[in-house]
Amino acid sequence: MDDTPYLLDGAHWAWSTSGSIPHLLLAHLQYTALAVLVGFVIAFPLGLLIGHTGRGAFWAINAGNAGRSLPTLGLLSLLVVYMSSQGFLPVLIALVVLVVPPILTSTYAGLRSVDPNAVDAARGMGMSSAQVLFRVELPMALPVVFGGVRAAVLQVVATATVAAYVGLSGLGRLLVDGLALNDYGRMVAGAVVVAVLAVVLDLLLGLVQRYAVSPGITGRGLRRARGTRSVAESGAQSSELMSATPGGTS
Amino acid sequence: MNSVLDYLRQNQSTVLDALGQHVVLAVVPLLVGVLVALPIGYLGVRFGWLYHPILNVSGIVYSIPSLAVFVALPYVLGTKILSPVNIVVALAMYTVALMARTVADGLRSVDPALTEAATAMGYKRTRRLLEVELPLAAPVILAGVRVAAVSNISLVSVGALLGIGGLGALFTRGFQLFYTAPIIVGIVLSIALAAAADLLIVVFQRAVTPWTRAVMGA
Repeated sequence: MDDTPYLLDGAHWAWSTSGSIPHLLLAHLQYTALAVLVGFVIAFPLGLLIGHTGRGAFWAINAGNAGRSLPTLGLLSLLVVYMSSQGFLPVLIALVVLVVPPILTSTYAGLRSVDPNAVDAARGMGMSSAQVLFRVELPMALPVVFGGVRAAVLQVVATATVAAYVGLSGLGRLLVDGLALNDYGRMVAGAVVVAVLAVVLDLLLGLVQRYAVSPGITGRGLRRARGTRSVAESGAQSSELMSATPGGTS
Repeated sequence: MNSVLDYLRQNQSTVLDALGQHVVLAVVPLLVGVLVALPIGYLGVRFGWLYHPILNVSGIVYSIPSLAVFVALPYVLGTKILSPVNIVVALAMYTVALMARTVADGLRSVDPALTEAATAMGYKRTRRLLEVELPLAAPVILAGVRVAAVSNISLVSVGALLGIGGLGALFTRGFQLFYTAPIIVGIVLSIALAAAADLLIVVFQRAVTPWTRAVMGA
């Protein structure tokens, strides 16, 4: 082993070398994006339905609790052995199981946190049920929903490292190979890249949230003028407690 | 189903050892984390300008993946990569990040009229904190402890990727042997452990905050 830290060695960043950091990073992001997308498509409509109708709330709340206590590594091992497959499907299922609870509970909780007076007013103005949902409830719930999506993305970014454990690519390769080769420098490199990726993605999503949420909800602009306390601030607090798992990987 | 029972019969002591390790690896950092978070959360309320920095640092600590922390800590602490100390320190860190904010929010949620009443009755700052504010903040704080406990129990399993014991070792063993029994045992025990810890904290909360029940019953 040479003395250059793994991360600073240009060879490990070359696009032409297969298995170099950019390749692993790209694979990692692909796994993450696919899992979040599939999880979102399942959880978001379900959360809207439960939050809007108020029916099935029991399921939404318990999904959050169950999701937090289910060990992803165990689920993944079980899926791989059970399906006798080393492919991406077991990893995708395990990651989707991780994504669904935070998005489902935050969508539900977000809709529930909307001021009932606003909903009544919208109904009184003659809005249909769908109009109430998409024009009033969802925009007002958006900060809380975003909290759930951010938590889900963080968890998946952290947990996608287990793909390497079952022989796939992604940043987990640096950790798993480093451990196997007794190359601690490689493991530290993997840890640093995953950590930086998680923090950067969270910041980016925070930025998206800033511009996606209506200024009428966040109180941006208003706050400076009148010192109004924003809905986003008070909403985000409860949602974070509900949906976040520290450190992602579970 | 039979294979699970057979596995349990033949590996009773291994499974019990793993369960014991898991409990220790989850509970020690929980206790340490809560004890460290209490004064930090208090400082966040006492000195208001500290509240947002605490929130921001917690958020960043939160977003660092646990496996990355497990790997990086030996470098920082000078421990061996296989040392359970890494897991304990990492989970204590997450617990502090979660709880510092919760403690601050809990103390902030106490009705100022009540603290003023306590002051008027001659309670000094420390006594007021310990006998009035902290008990009234207990429901919020303990809600945070429930989240921390459950996620700690779940995060311990990740240590198995590095070869550290606990129920996660059953996952890696089952995976290597291509055998579902140990994996199922590990998953069931880990969920049961989380449920038991959650229940225990709820019971504790009911015991230390009898007034919340009286209000709900009325």
